[in-house]
Amino acid sequence: MKILVGYKRVVDFNVRIQVKPDGSGVVTDGVKLSANPFDDIALEEALRLREKGITTEVVVATIGPADCQAHLRNGLAMGANRAIHVVTSDAIQPLTAARTLLKLIEKEQPQIVILGKQAIDDDCNQTGQMLAALWNRPQATFASRVEVTGNAARVTREVDAGLETIEVDLPAVITTDLRLNEPRFIKLPDIMKAKSKPLETIEFASLGIASGDHLKATSYAPPPKRSRGVMVKDAAELVAALKTKGLL
Amino acid sequence: MTKILIIAEHLNGKLNSSTARCVTCAREIKPDAIDVLVLSDAPDAVAAEAAKINGVSKVLTVTNAANSHALAAVYAPQIAAVARNGYTHVLAPSTTFGKDVAPCVAALLGVAQVSDIMKASDAHTFQRPIYAGNAIVTVQAPADQVLVGTVRTASYPAAGNGTNAAPIEVTNVGVELPTHTRFVELAQAKSDRPDLQSARRVVSGGRGVGSKENFAIIFQLADKLGAAVGASRAAVDAGYVPSDLQVGQTGKIIAPELYMAIGISGAIQHLTGIKDAGTIVAINKDGEAPIFEIADIGLVGDLFKLIPELEQAL
Ligand SMILES: Cc1cc2nc3c(=O)[nH]c(=O)nc-3n(C[C@H](O)[C@H](O)[C@H](O)COP(=O)(O)OP(=O)(O)OC[C@H]3O[C@@H](n4cnc5c(N)ncnc54)[C@H](O)[C@@H]3O)c2cc1C
Ligand SMILES: Nc1ncnc2c1ncn2[C@@H]1O[C@H](COP(=O)(O)O)[C@@H](O)[C@H]1O
Repeated sequence: MKILVGYKRVVDFNVRIQVKPDGSGVVTDGVKLSANPFDDIALEEALRLREKGITTEVVVATIGPADCQAHLRNGLAMGANRAIHVVTSDAIQPLTAARTLLKLIEKEQPQIVILGKQAIDDDCNQTGQMLAALWNRPQATFASRVEVTGNAARVTREVDAGLETIEVDLPAVITTDLRLNEPRFIKLPDIMKAKSKPLETIEFASLGIASGDHLKATSYAPPPKRSRGVMVKDAAELVAALKTKGLL
Repeated sequence: MTKILIIAEHLNGKLNSSTARCVTCAREIKPDAIDVLVLSDAPDAVAAEAAKINGVSKVLTVTNAANSHALAAVYAPQIAAVARNGYTHVLAPSTTFGKDVAPCVAALLGVAQVSDIMKASDAHTFQRPIYAGNAIVTVQAPADQVLVGTVRTASYPAAGNGTNAAPIEVTNVGVELPTHTRFVELAQAKSDRPDLQSARRVVSGGRGVGSKENFAIIFQLADKLGAAVGASRAAVDAGYVPSDLQVGQTGKIIAPELYMAIGISGAIQHLTGIKDAGTIVAINKDGEAPIFEIADIGLVGDLFKLIPELEQAL
């Protein structure tokens, strides 16, 4: 069995993003880039399934600019067997990402595809669901527990009402939530080993995908600012302040 | 003609208030019609509730045993089929329900999705948050395509109800439904407390609370205030409370009148979940904690000393 993992590079979660003064975008020059945290969780889950003997091969895939290679090497150092780099200089939207991943599925025939539930740059939370719909296969989104038995997976999902468990036939798409696992750290020798692992590059244009980038971003703005309020010195003052605001 | 289809969210025969919030968003677009679609094995009670929401033109029901649980793979082809009957917009709440199913509908229709709509400037121009709410982007969608969107529920109050009595129509969708996805169970923590997503008051605890046992102090204060309980990711990860209490970028986005953050440092991923709260109160022993930069009322000190004092003073 083979697992395909979506592995997107994003602005690191610790970076406090700034909107450009002219509203044309956000400042990304020189900021730290990392793997999307949910994709590290996706890769970790795939590696654990391999360690359990459920799968034999883990392939990480990214759709991104030419300088994404180092990012993919990180995924290889973490433990993926192979990497696929679909090269495009444009920032693609989820529908295009899903169509591209579908092409890779046709080529690779994985039994499980694991993506993050959302990329923390666009915060779209769409790609996995779109992929499942296009592929006409099951989806188990927001997973916090995955059990694979035979030709099916039992997945516990973090939903607003609590924890939902569903069973899906394979092949299927799974998207990860934060508590699925804690990704391992990369060790130095693994970085060396990763250098010789296969990394395939495919030109996005060669895949002949109809672009789904239908949305046009026209302007960017910082969020309305909440400012610092008052400090009170004890519980009695807090109650008084809440009463003044009519909240008690 | 602008015709909006809203996907009703419901559980155990009750309509979720997120649906009425979608109606408010839909009204902002000033459409010719707002229809609500109820997919269920027994839709009548939910449809009756939806028909009362002011602004709703019509309620459509699809009854099918396969719709007894909201499985995206089962719901999506039915929604797409109804959407093809002349709708210009399909809206769902940006809750785990809507996030799960809406992108499938968009993909089946071959269109993009606008996630987390916080404002509609016109029928095809929307504002949405990106980078954990650190930037707001305005996006323009093509006017010649169906617009699929999820509505950031904290940005819209629930539409009122009572004066409306929209007609309820049974619809049949002739689509084949997959059997590859099966519901097993839903583990729901039983609670008599207000629902976190719609509560007027919320008391949240963070890592500073220290343990599952200590969290009793948060629950007690919440009960005294008639508040819902929330938590930071750190508190959930540490097992103090269940995951459905997490507030933030990857948890629930809420807009209560009063939000109390206790033993929470104020990471951006947490703050993005409470930006629309009326009044934010922070209690933290570290006067430098970032939560104080946005709190309306701040109190520095040990929560284990301050909370009992606060309960006394209430
Ligand atoms: C992709 C991603 C998504 C995330 N999504 C979310 C999310 O949705 N929601 C979320 O909350 N976080 C989220 N996080 C995590 C976030 O970055 C922070 O790690 C988390 O919010 C910290 O939780 P905390 O404030 O409870 O813990 P800490 O940051 O450890 O803060 C604990 C606070 O308690 C105070 N304290 C300790 N003891 C006491 C005491 N006795 N009395 C008073 N105060 C005390 C301390 O001074 C400190 O300020 C996410 C992170 C990532 C990477
Ligand atoms: N360009 C990309 N390259 C690789 N994976 C991607 C890409 N875009 C999206 N994904 C996957 O889809 C998930 C959800 O992304 P999104 O729908 O943009 O929030 C991510 O966590 C990735 O696993």
